[in-house]
Amino acid sequence: MFGIFASIIDGVLVGSVYGLAAMGLTLIWGVMDVVNLTHGSMIVAGMFGLYLLTDNLGLPPYATLPVVLVGGFFAGLALYWIAVHRMIGRPPLMSLLSTFSINLVLIGLGTAVWGTVLFNVQVDLPGFSLGRYTFPGTHLLAAALTATLALCLYAFLHKTRLGKAIRAVAGNRGAAELVGIPTTRVLSFAFALGASLAGVSGMLIATLFPFTLLSGDAYQLKSFVVIVLGGLGNPAGALVGGIALGLLEGILTPFMPVNWTLVIEFALFVVVLIARPTGIFALRRS
Amino acid sequence: VTASVSPRIVAQRASLVRRPFFWVIALSVAAFALVPWLSDDVELRESLLLAVIYIILASNLNVMIGYAGYINFGSIVFFGLGGYLCVYLMAAPHWPLAAAVLASGVIVSALALPFGLGILRLRGAYFALATIGVNEAVEAFVTNFTPWGGSSGIYLSTELFKPLGGPMHALWIIYFLLVAIMGLSLYLSWGIKVSKFGLGLLAIGQNEDAATVLGVPAPLYKALAYCATAFLPAMAGGLYFFKGAFIQPTDAFDLTFSTEAIAIVMLGGQGTIAGPAIGAFFYEQLRGWLLTSDTFSNFQLVAAGALLLVIVLFLPGGLMGWLYGRWPLLRRYLE
Repeated sequence: MFGIFASIIDGVLVGSVYGLAAMGLTLIWGVMDVVNLTHGSMIVAGMFGLYLLTDNLGLPPYATLPVVLVGGFFAGLALYWIAVHRMIGRPPLMSLLSTFSINLVLIGLGTAVWGTVLFNVQVDLPGFSLGRYTFPGTHLLAAALTATLALCLYAFLHKTRLGKAIRAVAGNRGAAELVGIPTTRVLSFAFALGASLAGVSGMLIATLFPFTLLSGDAYQLKSFVVIVLGGLGNPAGALVGGIALGLLEGILTPFMPVNWTLVIEFALFVVVLIARPTGIFALRRS
Repeated sequence: VTASVSPRIVAQRASLVRRPFFWVIALSVAAFALVPWLSDDVELRESLLLAVIYIILASNLNVMIGYAGYINFGSIVFFGLGGYLCVYLMAAPHWPLAAAVLASGVIVSALALPFGLGILRLRGAYFALATIGVNEAVEAFVTNFTPWGGSSGIYLSTELFKPLGGPMHALWIIYFLLVAIMGLSLYLSWGIKVSKFGLGLLAIGQNEDAATVLGVPAPLYKALAYCATAFLPAMAGGLYFFKGAFIQPTDAFDLTFSTEAIAIVMLGGQGTIAGPAIGAFFYEQLRGWLLTSDTFSNFQLVAAGALLLVIVLFLPGGLMGWLYGRWPLLRRYLE
C-alpha cells in the first residue's frame, strides 16, 4: 500500500516537469495560435545540452540550466524568424506544416550525428528516505526547480511590462497593436520563451530518465495531453495538468506494463478533447 | 445551393470519360504496368513499386488535406493496419491473397468510419494532433498484442507464394495489383472531387462554418472522406507486407511514410489530382538519389523536411500551382 503512495508522490514530482514542458507549448499556442511542432526537438535539444555540457565541458549537471535557458531562447528566436513569422495570420495548417518540417530537419540532422542510441547522464544526489522507500534526489530537485521557474514565469507575465504585453497580444492582437504594443517583437519573444522552457524541461527530464534522440516525440505527445487537460493557452493550467498526468502515471505504473500507459494517455487526450475541449483543470483566465 | 449545382455535377460525372484527363490517367497506369514488364527489368519494377505506394498514399491523403483542409499526420495507420490484417489472415486461417487483401481494406475502412466520426469532431490543429496520437496508440497496442506477435511481428512462410506460381511470378502479380490500386486511387480522388460530396469537402476546406450553415453535413462528410481514403491504402499495405513476407510494428506504423506523403502532397500541389502523383514520382527519384549518394544517405528525412519547408514558405500551390500559373490551358489536361 505504501508502495502505491510513494509511486503517486513520485508521479507528482515527475509530472510537474511535464507541466513545465507543456507551459512552453501552451504559451506559444495561446499567444499566436501556432501549434509548435518543433516542441519535441526543443526538448531533445535540452537533453543533449545537458549531455554535451556535462560530458564534454565537465559542467556540474544543474549548472547547465542557465545555459540551456539562454541557448533555448536564441534557438527559439531563430525558429520564429525562419518558420513561424511568415505563417502568422495564415491558415493554422500552414504553421503546423512549417514547424513540422523544421522538426524533421532538426531530428534528421541529429540522427545523422548521434544516431538513436540511448544516452544516460549520471547525476548523483542524495535521496530522501521515508520508511523503506527513497525518493530520488533528482526527482525532488527537478520538481523544486520547476516550481521556481513556474513562479518566475507567473511573476514575469503578470508584473513586468513585457509580460503584460504578451498577455495583451494573446488576448487581442489587433487591439494590442492599436495601443502601441510592438506585436511582432512580442510574438518573437513569446515564441523564444516557449522554446526555452521546452529546452529546460528537456534538460530536467534528462536528469531523471535515459533518453534517445527520438524521445522528443513521446514527450511532445505528453505535452499535448497535458495542455488539453489544463486548458489551451493557459500556463498555470498546464502545470496542474502536468501534475495530474504524473499522478495518473504514478497510479498506473504499479499495475500495468509501461508501454500501455501511452495508449491510456492518448485515449484520455481524445476523450477530453471531444468531451471537454476547454480542459478539465481550466482555470478562469484573468 | 445544392439543387442548383448538382445537375451540372451529374453532367460532369457522366462526361468524365470524354475528358482528356481520364485518358492521361489510363495511359500512365498502363505505362507503369507495361514498361517494366515488357523490358523485364526487375530493378525498374522495384523502384516504380515504391513510387506506386507513394502515389497511393499521397492521392488518398490529398482528399483530406487538399479538399477538406484537414492534415492527417498519421495516415500510415491505414497502411500498417491493412498490412497486419492481411498478413495475419494469410498466416493463421490461410486465406487466399485476394480475399485477405480485400478483407483488410473492408475492415480498416469499417473501423475508420466510427473512429472518424469521433475524432473528426475535432477541428483543424486539434484533429492533426489527434492523428499523431492515433498512430502512436495503435502502434503501442499492436506492440503489446500477442496474437499478432507483439513487437517481433509476424513472419509468413514462403509456401504462401506457391499458389501464385512461385516467388518470381508472385512479385509481378503483387506489382500489377498495386498499379491497379494506384489507378483506382487516382480515379477515386478525381471522382470525389467532381461529385457533390467532393464539393462539400472543398467547401469545408474553405470555410467550415459557412459550409455547415449552407447545409453541408460537415462531420458526416469528413468521416466519410476519412473512411473512403482508408480503403485503398489498407489494401496496398496488405500487398506491400505480403511481398516482404514479414511485418512488425515499427515498419508498419513508421511515421516517416506519413511524413513523406504529406511532403509529396504539398510538393505536387494540394487539391489537384495529378499533383500528388507527379510529386510522388519525383520524390521517389530524389529519395533514390539521396539514398545512393555517399554524403546524403542519412539525410532522407532532412531533405523531405527542407523540401516541405521551402514549399510551405514560398510555393503554397506546389508544382501544379506553379504550372497552372504559367500555362493556364494545362488545366484541361491535368486536373
